[in-house]
Amino acid sequence: MFNIKDLLEKVKASPYREIVVRAPHTGVVEFASLNQGDKVRGPGGEYKEKPGTLLASLTREKNRKPITAPEKGAVENIRFELEGKFVEAGEPLVAIKHYLTRKEVIELILQEALFLFRAPERAKYYFVPEVDQKLKVSGKRSVRVHEGMEFLIVSRMKRETPLAYSGPDGIIYSVYFGRGDNVDEGEPLIGVCPEDQLTVIQDVVARIQSEWEEEA
Amino acid sequence: MDAERRIQELRSRLTYIRDIFAGKENDNIRLLAAKLDEVLGREDERSGSVLPEELTRLEDFFDFSERKLDSILSPMDRVRIVRHSQRVCLKDILENVYDNYTEIGGRGEFNIDPSMLIARAYFARRVGDKIINQMVMVIGQEKGHGEAFRNGGSVKPWGNAKALHYMKVAETENIPIHTFVFTPGAYPIEDWPGAAQQIARNLYELAALKVPIISVFSEGGSGGAEAVGLADRRIMLSHGYYSVISPEGAAAIEGRLRGGDRATPELIEKCATNLCITAEDNLKNGYIDRILQEPPLGARPNHYEFFRELRRELIQATNEVVSEVKAMKLYRAMLVRTSKADDAESIFMRWTLSPSALGRLVDLRQRKFRKMSTHARLDGTGIVKRAVAATKGAIWATHSYFRYDLLGRQKKRLDAVFEDIGAEAHLVRRKLLMPLKNTLDKVFSGNDVEQIRKGEEVRKKLTRLSCPEDGACLVGSEWAWTSPRSQEDRTISCPNVRTHHCPDLWVPDLFGDFAGVCSSCGHHFPMEYRWYLENVFDYHRSKEFNRRIESVNPLNYEQFDLKLDKAKEKTGLKSACITFETAIEGVEAVVAVLCAPFRGGSVGAAEGEKFIRAAELAGRKRQPFIAYVHGTAGIRIQEGVNGVIQMPRCTIAVRRYIDAGGLYLVLYDTNSYAGPVASFLGCSPYQFAVQSSNIGFAGPGVIAETTGMDIAPDYHRAYHALSRGHIHGIWDRREVKKNLHQSLLTMGGRNLYYR
Repeated sequence: MFNIKDLLEKVKASPYREIVVRAPHTGVVEFASLNQGDKVRGPGGEYKEKPGTLLASLTREKNRKPITAPEKGAVENIRFELEGKFVEAGEPLVAIKHYLTRKEVIELILQEALFLFRAPERAKYYFVPEVDQKLKVSGKRSVRVHEGMEFLIVSRMKRETPLAYSGPDGIIYSVYFGRGDNVDEGEPLIGVCPEDQLTVIQDVVARIQSEWEEEA
Repeated sequence: MDAERRIQELRSRLTYIRDIFAGKENDNIRLLAAKLDEVLGREDERSGSVLPEELTRLEDFFDFSERKLDSILSPMDRVRIVRHSQRVCLKDILENVYDNYTEIGGRGEFNIDPSMLIARAYFARRVGDKIINQMVMVIGQEKGHGEAFRNGGSVKPWGNAKALHYMKVAETENIPIHTFVFTPGAYPIEDWPGAAQQIARNLYELAALKVPIISVFSEGGSGGAEAVGLADRRIMLSHGYYSVISPEGAAAIEGRLRGGDRATPELIEKCATNLCITAEDNLKNGYIDRILQEPPLGARPNHYEFFRELRRELIQATNEVVSEVKAMKLYRAMLVRTSKADDAESIFMRWTLSPSALGRLVDLRQRKFRKMSTHARLDGTGIVKRAVAATKGAIWATHSYFRYDLLGRQKKRLDAVFEDIGAEAHLVRRKLLMPLKNTLDKVFSGNDVEQIRKGEEVRKKLTRLSCPEDGACLVGSEWAWTSPRSQEDRTISCPNVRTHHCPDLWVPDLFGDFAGVCSSCGHHFPMEYRWYLENVFDYHRSKEFNRRIESVNPLNYEQFDLKLDKAKEKTGLKSACITFETAIEGVEAVVAVLCAPFRGGSVGAAEGEKFIRAAELAGRKRQPFIAYVHGTAGIRIQEGVNGVIQMPRCTIAVRRYIDAGGLYLVLYDTNSYAGPVASFLGCSPYQFAVQSSNIGFAGPGVIAETTGMDIAPDYHRAYHALSRGHIHGIWDRREVKKNLHQSLLTMGGRNLYYR
C-alpha cells in the first residue's frame, strides 16, 4: 500500500518542480538579461493575455521569436554557452525552479494516492440514477465502487450505454467531470481511494490546505 | 430657525463655489469664506446674535461675488458645473418647465436604463378663454443629482434603443420632441444593440424623423449626445459644454497615458480650453442655434426664474420650427420671427403638422446640417474647377432624372408589360408546338449520333489533365499590387501558432501571393490600403474627385498643425478620406476610403465633407456607394465639435442617399472605432468586414476606465461583432472583389442605374 505521508515528506523536502525550457525549433539563441536566481513570472492577466517574463529569443530565417516563462519561479540555470549559437530543436535553454502551489501539491498527492478511472471515449458521462441520487444526498465520499459495477452512462450521439467500473474497490473521492460536459478520451472521470485510506488522504489534504506556504 | 436655515444655505453655496473652482485659490472665495466664518463664529458663541439684516447683507455679497466669479469661469470650471450633483437635471425640468408629465418606462432604478428618461409632457396654453394642452415627447439623459444607478447620464445601448422607440412613437402621434442632452458620453458596451450601432440607428432615424425636434444641451459628450441631439433647433445652456471627448479623455490621449495613469489637472485644463467646448464657442461655429443664459455659476434646482426662461425658450423654438414649414401661418409667423424675448407664451400655434409640412421640415433640417462646418476645412479647388464640377453635377442630376426617372420609369413599365406578354406567348407556343415536335422526333430519330459525339467531347475536356498553355496554371502573382513588405527576405510567425500550429510564413509569399493571409489558419495580417485600392477598386483607372479638400486645424489646437503636416507628408494625402469613381467588374460605383495611416483614419470636417459629396455624387449618378474603411480611430478630437458634427452630417447624407433608392455598402478592415462607426458607417444595412477587422465603440483602455471591466483581448474581433449582430458578414481578403461584385448585383434599393 502506498504511503501518503512519505510522499508528502518527499514533496516537502523539495517543494519544487523543475521546468526545462527547450528550443521549440532550430535557430540562433539570444538570452534576455537574466541571471541565475532571478525571479520570473508566467503568463498573467484575466485572460492570460500578458505573456510571461522574456527568457530568450530564438531567431530563424530573420524571424525573431520570444521565448517566455511558462510558469512562475526562479531561474535555476541558463546555458550561457549557447548565447549567439545555433541550436537544434529540443535543446534545453533555461531551467526554472517552480515552487509548487498548494493546489499543485494536492493534485500531485491525489494523483499518486487515488486510482483514476479514465474516460474510454469522448462523450458526455452521467452517473446512473441510483449512484446519482446517493451522490446528491450523502455526498461523493459515500459511494462505494467495485469491479464490474455499472455506475456511469455514456451518452454520445443520442446513444446511451452503461459503463462498468474496472479497478480496485474503493470510495469515490473526487469527480472530475461536470453534468453535460464533453469529456475527452483518456481524461479522468473519477478518483477512487481505498476505504481505509480515506481518512489519511483527507487529513493530508487538510494539512496542506492549512500549512502549505505559497511563495508570494 | 430662519437664520439657521439661511446660514446653512450660505454654507452650501460656499461649498458649491469651492467644488466648481476645485481648490483654485481666489481672493473672492477667500473673502467669502472669511465673512461666512466670522458670522458662523458669532452664531456659535451665542445663538441668535446674528441679525437678519446682516444675513441679507451677506447674501447680497454672495450674489455679487458669484456674478464676479462667473466672469472668470474657465472651460474646465464649466465642465465641473455640469457634472456637479446640484446641477439641474431632467427631472427638475419636467417638474418646473412643463405643466404636467408622465414618465414612461421607469420608476427610479426599475428601468431598462435609468440614465435615459422618457416622458410625455404638456404645456397648458391659454388661448382666449380656452386652455389647450400642447403635448410633447420629452427624451433625455437623467443624471439624477448623482444617484449611482443613473450612471451619471451615461446611457447604455438599450437606453438609446428605448429613446429611438419613443421618437418613432412621437412620429406616429405627430407631436414635437424635446430632447435634453445631459450626458458625459455613451456607455461603451458591445452587447446588442451595441453602443456604436444603436447611436448610428438613432442618428439615422433622426435624420429624417417627421416631427419637430428641439434639443437642449447641458452636457454634450460626443456620441452619447448625438444619439438624441440631431434637432431642428439646438439650444445650449450658457454653462454647458458640448465636446467631442471629455477633457480627461483628450488629456489621456494627448499625454499618451496608458494603463490607468491619470493626466495632470493642468493638462486637463489645457485640453478643455483647446477643445473649444463652451456655449459661446459652439454658437460662434454655428453648431447650436441659441444660448440660454443661466444664473451665475450655473442653474441649480432652486432657480425658478431659469425654468421660466427655459419654458419660454422651448415654446419659442418649437413655434419657430413649426412656423417655418406651416402653410397657414400669416401674422403669427412674422411675430414668432421677430419676438426674441418675452411674448413667446402669447403666440399660440398648433404643433401638429400636415404631411407636406413635415416633408419640408425634414428637408430644412437636412439642409441646415449640410451647411455646417464649412470653415473647418480647406477647399483648394480652383474657381474654374469648382464651376465645372457644379455644372457637371447639375448635368448629371438632370441626365439621371431624364434617363432613369422620366424615361426610365416608362421603359420599366413597358418592359414589365412585354415580359408578361412574352411569358404568356411562351406557354401558348409550348402547348401548341410540343406535340408536333414529339411526333417529328419520333419519325426522324437521326441526329442521335451527333449528340453522342458532342457528349464525348465534353467528357474528354473535363477529364484530361490540365495544361499550362491553356492558362490553367497561373504564372506570377495574380495581384495587381503587392505590399512593399513582400520584398523582405525573412519569415514571420502567425499569431495563432499556439492553437493552430501554423508553420512560419515566408514574407514574400505571405504578402505577395497569399495577400497577407496565413495559408494554414486563415489569419489575416493587416494590409495596406493601397492593396485594396489597386486589387479591388482599380484605383489607377478610377477618377478621383475632391482631391484638394484639405484637413486643417480649425481650433488652432496646440502643435496640431505640425502633426497634420507630418501626416500629409507621410501619406501624400490631404485628408484621411479618398473619394473616387470606379468600376468593379463592369459595375460603376462611387467609393469613399478612410485610410488609417493618415492620423489613424480619424474623421474631421474635410473627411466628412468629402464623404458627403461622394454620397451626393453617387445619388446623382444612380450608382452604388461603397465606403471602404481601412481603419478609423474615431472623430478627430483636435477638431473638437467641428469633427463631431460630421456624425449627423454624414448620416444625413447617407440617409438621403438610401432613401433615394441607392445601395450603401460598408466594408471594414483593420480597426474601426468610435464616432464614424456610431454614425454614418454603423447605420448601413449592409456592413461587411474583412477577417482582419476589429470593430467597436471604444477601445479596451477606455472600456476599462469607464466601466471598470477588463475585457478579453479578442473582444472587438470581427467574428464577435458578427455574432453580436453588428455586421452582416465576414469576407476573406482574397475574395473581397468577388463578394463586392455579387453584393452590387444582389443588394440595394430600386434606383440603381444598372437595375
